[in-house]
Amino acid sequence: MNVRGRAFVFGDKIDTDLLAPGPYMRSPIKVLASHCLEAIDPNFASEVQPGDIIIAGDSFGIGSSREQAVQALAQLGVGALLAKSFARIFYRNALNLGMPALVCPELEASRGDDVEVRAAEGIVINHTSGHQFRCEKMPAELLEIVAMGGLMPWLERKLARERA
Amino acid sequence: MASTLAEKIIAHASGRERVRPGEIVTAAIDLLMMHDSGGPRRVASRLDTLGAKVWDPSRVVVVSDHFVPAVDIEGAEILALTRRWARANGVRHYDAVGICHVVLQEHGHIQPGMFCVGGDSHSPSGGAFGAFMMGVGSTDITGALVTGDIWLTVPQTVRVNWSGELSAGVSAKDIMLFLCAKLGMGNENQAFEYDGSAVRKMSMSERMTLCNMSAELGAATGIVTADAATLRALELAGRPFAGDIAQWQSDPDATCLAVHHFDANTLEPQIAAPHSPANSRAASSYERIAIDQAYIGACTGAKLDDLHMAAEVLKGRKVARNTRLLIAPASTEMTAQAAADGTLQILTEAGAILLPTGCGACPGMGAGIVAAGEVCLATTARNFKGRMGSPDSLVYLGSPYSVAAGAVKGEICDPRELLMETV
Repeated sequence: MNVRGRAFVFGDKIDTDLLAPGPYMRSPIKVLASHCLEAIDPNFASEVQPGDIIIAGDSFGIGSSREQAVQALAQLGVGALLAKSFARIFYRNALNLGMPALVCPELEASRGDDVEVRAAEGIVINHTSGHQFRCEKMPAELLEIVAMGGLMPWLERKLARERA
Repeated sequence: MASTLAEKIIAHASGRERVRPGEIVTAAIDLLMMHDSGGPRRVASRLDTLGAKVWDPSRVVVVSDHFVPAVDIEGAEILALTRRWARANGVRHYDAVGICHVVLQEHGHIQPGMFCVGGDSHSPSGGAFGAFMMGVGSTDITGALVTGDIWLTVPQTVRVNWSGELSAGVSAKDIMLFLCAKLGMGNENQAFEYDGSAVRKMSMSERMTLCNMSAELGAATGIVTADAATLRALELAGRPFAGDIAQWQSDPDATCLAVHHFDANTLEPQIAAPHSPANSRAASSYERIAIDQAYIGACTGAKLDDLHMAAEVLKGRKVARNTRLLIAPASTEMTAQAAADGTLQILTEAGAILLPTGCGACPGMGAGIVAAGEVCLATTARNFKGRMGSPDSLVYLGSPYSVAAGAVKGEICDPRELLMETV
């Protein structure tokens, strides 16, 4: 599970209302995604490209249980999330939707840096700066859910086994 | 071996003798709650894809509160889908009668010792009844509906003791805003256990506010050990507790991550400045911030007790000329009670606009959205940028006393100034 892309760097406590703003919650995910993070970075949704990587500070995803906070990032093609720490529900939502989310307290990167995430190994390489960083290893049972593409494929397999 | 209340509930639900913080366990769900925003709208098609059915419809409750009443076609379609799905699956559905956390409490669904999961971040509210209740997203809800269980990391317990007694004009909301500033919002994977004489004296509604805003601390849940007040509330709700509450309390020598002691007597009314509940400080320290809108609503700020607090301030007074006061009671039952005891009359005579029950403006989905440049003082749980409308609006948080006082003065103030004056 390797992802390589450009870094988009944000600060601490990026909340779910910044990621999935309430006034667009009735709208289809494409519309909602176009407003992702606009309150702090109006150009983010138009600039981000498939495979790009979000790098944030502590408590990334704090706030609502709304899964659209992850879905909006996935819709825009974001390939992985790296943060000093994640809000609990958001972290679950990311794994459940197959989005790699790694806790990397030491990571240093600037916007636009060429960053590679090796989720299974717990390593992040900043190819621009030439530095390598260790991330916290995900528990095996959770890594399995992400590697399968999220909780839905995991449930499909579980049900198939039970029915077999 | 000594265990905290949270550990005891999780151990019981996961069929273990005991559990320890940091362990990942799978726990059986006693009650699962979802609402119109993250519920059937999101899970119906996923269950169809899996060809799976709800594991136990008697343990599932759906509450429509986010898009009620519908203000556009998208919202109306979401509500219609929610109704159809609940009926087809034989699941209890409360349709536009109040905010999910409050409706669960009114009907006695949450009982001491239960392990509960809610499809909403403020689900820790259920902890006010001595249960462990955590919030999750809609894919997690899908998995829980299929299997009847869910994985979780056993949280560390943090004890917060409030000794003494809250002064007049100070409430549970002030406690939580103070704690958000004091302890920050990064308390992930922690269960907050509230206790002390000030907590023991609180109504169930006020205890719900404590547990509810544990979400703002970033915690897994908040919890208050069940006592006589809990049992009385469950009896009133028509579902008396059949178990023994002595079983559901922390052992005195159980290991906690931290124990905090605060004195309720010295706590002043708190106001959180934009854009985080952690930006809280004493209301008396704010200087002349004019308010365009005062909003009394949400699961953490428009229950019957909250309406009473607002009425205490608003009685015989009028909302300031350049300020509008919107009030969205937390349930139709509470609206009826407030009508019967004269509270609604006090509020409307002061000039408040009465809104339908539901989540309303708090998540930016209902009436009361604010424009760019506008300042709103609200009793809601969080004031993140762009949550209640324009990203360029400014939302301050305060107790119902503080919001009502702000509406009268037209600016942020310490509500005790008004409470001490005779009208």
